[in-house]
Amino acid sequence: MGLHGGQFTTMRIPIEIFQLDNGLFVTLSEDHTAPIVAVNLWYHVGSANERSGRTGFAHLFEHMLFQGSAHVGSNEHFELIQRAGGTLNGSTWLERTNYFETVPSNELALALWLEADRMGELLPAMTQEKLDTQRDVVKNERRWAVDNQPYGTMLEKMQELVFPPSHPFQHSLIGSMEDLTAASLDDVAQFFSTYYTPDNAVLSIAGDFDAAEARRLVSEYFRPIPRGKGKPPLPPMSLPPVFGKQLREVVHDDVSLPRLFKAFRSPVFGSEKYYAASVASAILGLRKGSRLHRSLVRERQIAADASAFTFDLAKGTDLLVIDVTARPETGSTQLEEEVEREIDLLYREGVTEPEVKRAIALIETDLVVSLQSAGERADRLSMFATYFNRPELINEQADRYREVTAERVNALVSERFGQDNRASLLYVPKEGVESERALAAAASAD
Amino acid sequence: MVTTLRPKSGPTRRYHFPEFHDAVLPSGIRLVTAPVKKLPLATVLVIVDAGSVNEPRGKEGIASLTAAGLLEGTSQLDGADLAEKFEQLGTSLESGADWDSAFVKITTLSDKLEEATRLLGEVISSPVFPEREIERLKAERLAEILQLETEPRGLADEKFSEFLYSPESRYSRPDEGSTESVSALSREDVDQFYRSNYRSGATTVIVAGDVTPERARAMVLGAFQKWPAGSAQKPELTATARTNSRRVHIVHKPEASQSELRVGHVGLPRRHPDFFPTMVMNAVLGGLFGSRINLNLREVHGYTYGASSYYDWRRGAGPFVVSTAVESEVTSPALTEILLEIDRIRSEKISDEELSLARDYLEGVFPIRYETTAAIAAALAIQVIHDLPADYYDTYRKNIRNVSTEAVLEAATTHLHPPQLQTVIVGDAKMIQGSLTDPKFGDLIVHNA
Repeated sequence: MGLHGGQFTTMRIPIEIFQLDNGLFVTLSEDHTAPIVAVNLWYHVGSANERSGRTGFAHLFEHMLFQGSAHVGSNEHFELIQRAGGTLNGSTWLERTNYFETVPSNELALALWLEADRMGELLPAMTQEKLDTQRDVVKNERRWAVDNQPYGTMLEKMQELVFPPSHPFQHSLIGSMEDLTAASLDDVAQFFSTYYTPDNAVLSIAGDFDAAEARRLVSEYFRPIPRGKGKPPLPPMSLPPVFGKQLREVVHDDVSLPRLFKAFRSPVFGSEKYYAASVASAILGLRKGSRLHRSLVRERQIAADASAFTFDLAKGTDLLVIDVTARPETGSTQLEEEVEREIDLLYREGVTEPEVKRAIALIETDLVVSLQSAGERADRLSMFATYFNRPELINEQADRYREVTAERVNALVSERFGQDNRASLLYVPKEGVESERALAAAASAD
Repeated sequence: MVTTLRPKSGPTRRYHFPEFHDAVLPSGIRLVTAPVKKLPLATVLVIVDAGSVNEPRGKEGIASLTAAGLLEGTSQLDGADLAEKFEQLGTSLESGADWDSAFVKITTLSDKLEEATRLLGEVISSPVFPEREIERLKAERLAEILQLETEPRGLADEKFSEFLYSPESRYSRPDEGSTESVSALSREDVDQFYRSNYRSGATTVIVAGDVTPERARAMVLGAFQKWPAGSAQKPELTATARTNSRRVHIVHKPEASQSELRVGHVGLPRRHPDFFPTMVMNAVLGGLFGSRINLNLREVHGYTYGASSYYDWRRGAGPFVVSTAVESEVTSPALTEILLEIDRIRSEKISDEELSLARDYLEGVFPIRYETTAAIAAALAIQVIHDLPADYYDTYRKNIRNVSTEAVLEAATTHLHPPQLQTVIVGDAKMIQGSLTDPKFGDLIVHNA
């Protein structure tokens, strides 16, 4: 059986939902085209829930969840899933943490049991030694992905620039070296019992399984886990629709080329205006037919690369970000001016209907492409259930995008692309060797 | 309390790699179609024997530049119009070249497939390679090369190839060309490379997704009418090592907080008869999260976020590489552990548990690899490029299952060569070089990036 619904416009993936008495919300989506099944668990906790002095803790904690639980040895979770022929990982974001496995369908019980064992009984397996090792691993992850990587500090510099101090999205997700050093076993225990509870989680299963059997297994493994005692509320998240002033930071770093990230406060993920913002972002920077690529890369040839994207934050405010890397002969001042000019042009004249059509056509194809993989289906079901209690939104996305018109995009543009809502994070090569190199290369390119 | 009993596996469900149809069209183009009825999507992947190994000496980078140039305009449409046409159809379009072949690929909703394939045919059969756009693509490649100087991972990969292979080998030079070679390329070079390599006998069109073989055939016949006849050029390839003795190359990056490490030697060509035992051996050594190298460096010592080893499978002998990034001050102990693990897997049989982990993983994960039309098309491309047997994917899991601990030891002793290991480290030479003078690592050479 495939997922065809005849016409593409009526394409739907099947969804069943139920909830255990302990609050665990479960979504199921069957597809029997291949004998594989995805298990995906979202915990509604991310770096936004960290207390001050403990930045990076949500992510460090994600590592600890692979260090064993009452009936599973250290790293055995990885071994058991790989031995079963499965793939697995976890990831941490500002608003959530997720864990996922895709396994041959005859191993569904194993994946569910492993997730249940660590949700129910993680703490008996925690030791200082495991925490120390994972702290070192995470510090190396920070060096690898942030400190020793050109433009690797972009996310944390951006958070710091665009969110007010004390806003839950303002601090670093991977955390500072000092805070990572300060994390203790007590912190682990407290974080676990506060946030890793069934009533703060969504479990999704997608792929080749029998619904009755899946319900029985979920119930057997997860029902005994007690409900949590509630989590502390997040501080107020909401922010005005615009920054109210121009924000700008220049970072002199070990990079070869200037690169400008330009951010705008944008309607939160899932809101009606979000879809217009997402289309605006695609018009500006999705693929080679987008405005920025056509104008700055192809026609004016001042940029080596240009794109745009949204962070997809569901609380407070979302961010729409333009990302343009200069050509070697383009200075950082020119880069900023040229990007500003494109934004001014958009702000002044708006978008056209063909631009909207192009963007929606590309987004629609991407949506269908993403539904091919069981893991992606399960992840999106968990996302819509976690943020909105409505997993069925997965089937409404194409319609929501198709409703977007040039008029709606232009309304969004007037509201969000003015001078009072632009933040610039500009990377420029450190003085010295790099700029000489850039000049030499520019000369040799002639 | 969660039940303490670990669940047992259920009965296995059968899986077949998608059935595909393989034919040669009257024009000489090979057409491979894999109908997959799941979602209304299809991928069309065109591969041509026009990769970096086909480049004339001194023209390094021409294969990539030509593949990129295909999208920059035809006799009917300029590059911007082409992009607009594909994107109005919601079609993603991509082109490029690797060592063995060039490719152009589209993925599209199936109701747009005819129109998108017709455009694809135009792109690949009547490109005009406008001078201005070719010069722009060159400048973009030069910008990318410049970026590498501050990007330790890419720089380590590139320097590793340079120090690994003898200068006569195409593999010793960047597959997309160097500043020197790319700067010297011209529009005429692109046109020449296109005309000598893009021919029907060198071309395979792979269609995977919501499409019947009949529909695919009609589409491709219509779209590739103007395709010139001619057979593929089979280049002579040398893949010899630069040296047979151990060396350590430090590429100096002042104040680097980590050392980016590559350790390895010349590996094997893809069609080597020991492919399966070698792949299983590598899975145990460094191919899996639970492999010896990763568990040692990451979980026992906390030196790194991750460490792995792999064979880069090409028509010629690509490299065998151990790859990791470690905190600068543990560079020497981390390298010592890597060398120990390579010695250890050659000195005694792996355990039955290690063998079953690797075998069960490779066997079990097989269906998970082919969930998307793009992944199925890519798998068929590998089969075509390396001329693997028609039942390659049907017998893959049996071939994995047949590998024994003896065969793994045999593969390790035959195909891992500790005396020939080359080490490249991108890191702060001032901080690390003192700890790397032990002769066991090999002669130490420091380079300023």
